[in-house]
Amino acid sequence: MEIINIALAGTLESSDAQVTVEPGENGIELTIESSVIHQYGNQIRKVVLETLERLDVQNGRVTIIDKGALDCTLKARVECAVYRSNGITENLPWGGVIK
Amino acid sequence: MIHPNKKRLRRSMMFLNCQKPGLIKDPYIYKPDSIMLDLEDAVAENQKDAARYSLYHALQEIDYHGVERVVRINGLDTPHWKEDIRVCVAGGADTIRIAKTESAKDVKIVEEHVLAAEREFGRPEGSTLLMAALESCKGVLNALEVCEASERLIGIALSGGDYTKDLQTTITGTGVELMGARQHMIMAARAAGVQCWDTVFTNLDDMEGFENETRMIKMMGFDGKSLVNPRQITVVHKIFTPTEKEIIFAEKVVREIDDKKAKGIGVFTVDGKMIDIAFYDGAKRTLAMAKAAGVYKGDL
Repeated sequence: MEIINIALAGTLESSDAQVTVEPGENGIELTIESSVIHQYGNQIRKVVLETLERLDVQNGRVTIIDKGALDCTLKARVECAVYRSNGITENLPWGGVIK
Repeated sequence: MIHPNKKRLRRSMMFLNCQKPGLIKDPYIYKPDSIMLDLEDAVAENQKDAARYSLYHALQEIDYHGVERVVRINGLDTPHWKEDIRVCVAGGADTIRIAKTESAKDVKIVEEHVLAAEREFGRPEGSTLLMAALESCKGVLNALEVCEASERLIGIALSGGDYTKDLQTTITGTGVELMGARQHMIMAARAAGVQCWDTVFTNLDDMEGFENETRMIKMMGFDGKSLVNPRQITVVHKIFTPTEKEIIFAEKVVREIDDKKAKGIGVFTVDGKMIDIAFYDGAKRTLAMAKAAGVYKGDL
């Protein structure tokens, strides 16, 4: 999938993460901000990159502001932002590339 | 074949907003019988999509420790319900709560889409249960046909806020405005052999009022109540779980009726109370509920 439009998903509430995706041409440019970056920075990066790879997103600027989100929340927010950037809200591939 | 969980213990059904990851990550610690993951009213219109992704991953990845996972989907008058059903079934929700149900046709439409989703996502056919929320005068009046609409239907729940709006009154705290609906719904549910749950009590500062209302709906025959806060769980479980005294009496009734029946005696006394065969099913139900609640280990 391509990042077509700027899109955002999630909030800055505790246990959540706010994910912004923007179009880009230089691969994945990932920025992570988290109060637990020293303990969980690598894990957050891994989950986000794996999710983007599953969605076949190869280019784009991705910004994560993490507020202590579980892995399942991070995945949900990244997927939501990517599909929003494509304007897709129905007939989603649950259990396919969304898993 | 009847689904093994169709009649499981459902004293407490706690609403949780799927839009809030902090709420849906660990509600099992409060030990409700069921959680109600909400895609409907609690979720803002422009966040319906976001709530579905959160729901899917929560269903797939969070261990809810045996707590039943019910999902409330958006009404059939919205553009959201079809995708709601797809994500519920794909994620493996135990039960789908149909909002604003007004007729058997509503249940059958949802049933048809659930079956299609079970086939699409490779889930066993018939594995997803349904429950119906009655939120209007028409829905309440059609309670019996709703209860009989599907083998998947576990029961009906009253939604007091919308119902009283349709009735052109308000929630007064006395229960008068809900009396007719409650009585009608519990009779319809029992006639159809399904369960019935009461509406939420939203004034969290009035725990005494909540307890009184819960005692009343227990006396009316309800199976449990929809809840909005973990503080309400303990109260409901206390009221809906048989006491030790009730369990001992029920055991005596069952044993005495079995014994006296063999001796050709129809009516007799237990602890000073006149007992006959009419008490048998009630006593068995008390023991079954006590067993399901984990407070009875006997063999009856």
